[in-house]
Amino acid sequence: MTAIAAQYLVDNTSDDPRERPPLVLGGLDFNGVSDEVCKVSERKTTLAWKVCFALSVSTLGVLGLCILYLVTTGVGVWGNNQPVGWGFPIVNFVFWIGIGHAGTLISAILFLFRQKWRTGINRFAEAMTIFAVICAGMFPGIHVGRPWLAYWLFPIPNQMGTWPQFRSALLWDVFAVGTYFTVSLLFWYTGLIPDIATLRDRATGRIKQIVYGFLALGWNGSNRHWHRFERAYLLLAALATPLVLSVHSVVSFDFATSQVPGWHTTIFPPYFVAGAIYGGFAMVLVLAVPARELFGLKDLITLRHIDNMCKILLATGMIVSYAYMSEFFIAWYSTNHFEKFTFYNRAFGPYWWGWCIMTFCNAVAPQLMWSKKMRHNMWAVMAVAICANIGMWFERFEIIVTSLTRDFLPTSWHWFKPTTIDILMLIGSFGLFFTLFLLFCRFLPVVAIAEVKGVMPQAHRHGHGHGNGQDGAETAVTR
Amino acid sequence: MSTLLEPQSRTDVETETPPAKLVGLLAEYENVDAIFAAAEAVRNAGFTRWDCHSPFPVHGLDKAMGVRPTRLPWIVLCGGLFGLVGGLVLQWWCNAYDYPIITAGKPLWSLPANIPIIFECTVLCSAITAVFGMLALNRLPMLYNPLFKSDRFRRVTNDRFFVVIDASDTKFDESWTTELLKANGAVAVECVVD
Repeated sequence: MTAIAAQYLVDNTSDDPRERPPLVLGGLDFNGVSDEVCKVSERKTTLAWKVCFALSVSTLGVLGLCILYLVTTGVGVWGNNQPVGWGFPIVNFVFWIGIGHAGTLISAILFLFRQKWRTGINRFAEAMTIFAVICAGMFPGIHVGRPWLAYWLFPIPNQMGTWPQFRSALLWDVFAVGTYFTVSLLFWYTGLIPDIATLRDRATGRIKQIVYGFLALGWNGSNRHWHRFERAYLLLAALATPLVLSVHSVVSFDFATSQVPGWHTTIFPPYFVAGAIYGGFAMVLVLAVPARELFGLKDLITLRHIDNMCKILLATGMIVSYAYMSEFFIAWYSTNHFEKFTFYNRAFGPYWWGWCIMTFCNAVAPQLMWSKKMRHNMWAVMAVAICANIGMWFERFEIIVTSLTRDFLPTSWHWFKPTTIDILMLIGSFGLFFTLFLLFCRFLPVVAIAEVKGVMPQAHRHGHGHGNGQDGAETAVTR
Repeated sequence: MSTLLEPQSRTDVETETPPAKLVGLLAEYENVDAIFAAAEAVRNAGFTRWDCHSPFPVHGLDKAMGVRPTRLPWIVLCGGLFGLVGGLVLQWWCNAYDYPIITAGKPLWSLPANIPIIFECTVLCSAITAVFGMLALNRLPMLYNPLFKSDRFRRVTNDRFFVVIDASDTKFDESWTTELLKANGAVAVECVVD
C-alpha cells in the first residue's frame, strides 16, 4: 500500500471500541517517522518560516522597546491606577501562565492515563508551555516597578537583613511559577535527549554534529539507559501532575486570599485550572493545525489527534461555563450585597462588552465542537480555538478589572483604560512567544520521535499479547 | 545473510601507537522480535557486561535481559524529602527565627500558610534529582564512546537494534561470541575497537 493511498484509506477517527485506531498513518515505518520529523529541521529554511520569523522578531522588538521605555520612565506608562493596581500586566501574566498548562497536561497527565495519542503532540505542547511561562514570568518581573530589585522576591541574603514574607500568596506564586518553569524545562529536555541523538546521527554538517552531539549528551539508546530514562520520565510525570494543578491554584490564591468581592471565592482554584487547560488546549490547536499543514506532519498529528483535542476543548469549556454560572448563583445565594453587585456589574456594568466577549468565546463558541463535522473542519477548529484564546484573555481582564474598579466604597471607584503601551506589550508578548516557537520548530524535533515509535505496532513483540490488532499484515518472526 | 565485518579502521589503527584495543562486539538486528531472541540468548549464555541498544524503549526487554529495577525512585524520594525539609526550615528560619514578621495577627510559626511553598520545594527537588540522578546513573553526559566509531551504529537512533557485548566480560571470547550472536538472527556482527 502506498503512503498516499494509506493516508486516505485509513480513517483513524472511528470510535468503534472493537478496534484500536492507528496513531501513525501513511504506512510509515521507524525510518519514515524519523524522516518525517527530522526533515522539518533538516531542510532549507522555507520562505514561509522566514516571513513568520521576521514578523515575530519585529513584534518582539516592539516589546523590547516598550520595556526599555517602561524601565527608563516608570510604571506610569501603563494604564494602572488606584484602585486598579494590577491592570494589563497581571491579566497578561495569568493569561500566559494558563496557556502553559495544556502542555503539561498533555505531557504528564495524559502520560499517566496511558493516552498514547499524546505522543504526536506532546513535544511542541511542552515547548509551548516553556515559552508561555517565559512570557508569563516577564510580566510580574517588570510589574514590580523597579525590575532591578526583582531579586527581593527570592530568599536571598541581602544588605538589609530582611527575608521575604512567606505567608503571602504572591510569594507562593514566585515559588510555584519558578518550580513550574524549571520542572517543565527538565521534562522537555529529558524527552528531547533521544530525539536530539537522532538528529545528531543524521546530521551531515560538522557544526550540526557538534551542537546536536553536545546536546544529546552521548545518548546511545542503551536499554539500561532507557530503563532509567523511562523511570525518570514516569517520576517527572507523576511530579508534574500535582504541580500543574498547584500552579494555577496558587495563581488563583493571589485573588482568592484577598477580600475583594468577585475574588474572595473558594471556586477559584478548580475554575482557574479548568480555564487554563481550556485556553492551553486552544493554543495547542492554534499551533498544531497550521504546523501539520506547513511541516507535512499529517501522518503523525492525525485527524484523530485534532479530534481528541477538540473534545477536551469542549469538556473544559463546559467546566468553565459551569464555573461562570456557579459564580452568579453563589453571588445571589450568598445574599452578600457586595458580591451580588460585583456580578451584576460584571455583566451589566461599564465593562459589559468584555463579559459578553468572554461568555460568547468560552461558553458558546466551543459548543460547535459537539459536531464531528466541525471537529474535522480545520477552519472551524481554528476559529473556535482562537475564540477560546480571546475569551480566556477577557476572562482574566473581567476578573481583575471589574472587581478592582468597583469594590466596596463608591468613593474609591475608578475607571481603567489601557494605554498604547499596555496594548503594544500584550502584542509584543506574542512576538516573544512566536519567536521562540519558530526557533524551536526550525532546530529541534517538533514531534517526540522515540515516543511515537514506541506506540507503533512494530514496537511490540509479536505473539506475547502486546500487539494492538493493527499488525495483521506483519508476520511474526519464528524464533 | 549474516556477515562478519572487520572494520577497516581496526587494521589501520593497529599500525599506529597505541594499538587499537578490542572493546566489544556489536551485532545488528532488524526488528523487535530479533532483539528479544538475541537478548534472551545472550543472557542465557551467562554474559553480564553487555547491553541492548534501540531507537525507543522496547517494553519487556528489561526482563529478557534480566536487568534489575533501577534504584532511581529511592534517590528521588531522598531528593523530595530534602526539598520538603528544606522548604520547611527555610520558611521557619526566615519568618519565625531570623527576621520574625507578624502577619495578620497570626502566630509567628503557623504551618498551614507554609504548605504551598513546602510542596513546591518538594516537587522542585524531586524533579531535579530525577533528571540528574537518571543522567548520573547512566553515566551521561558521555562525550566519548567507541561505539560511535561504527557507521552501522548510527542507525540505533533510527530503526535498528543492537546488542553490544563488552570484551571485558569473563565469558567473552571473540569467535565464540560472534558465533552466538550470528546464530541468533544478527544481520551483521562487527568489532568495536578503541
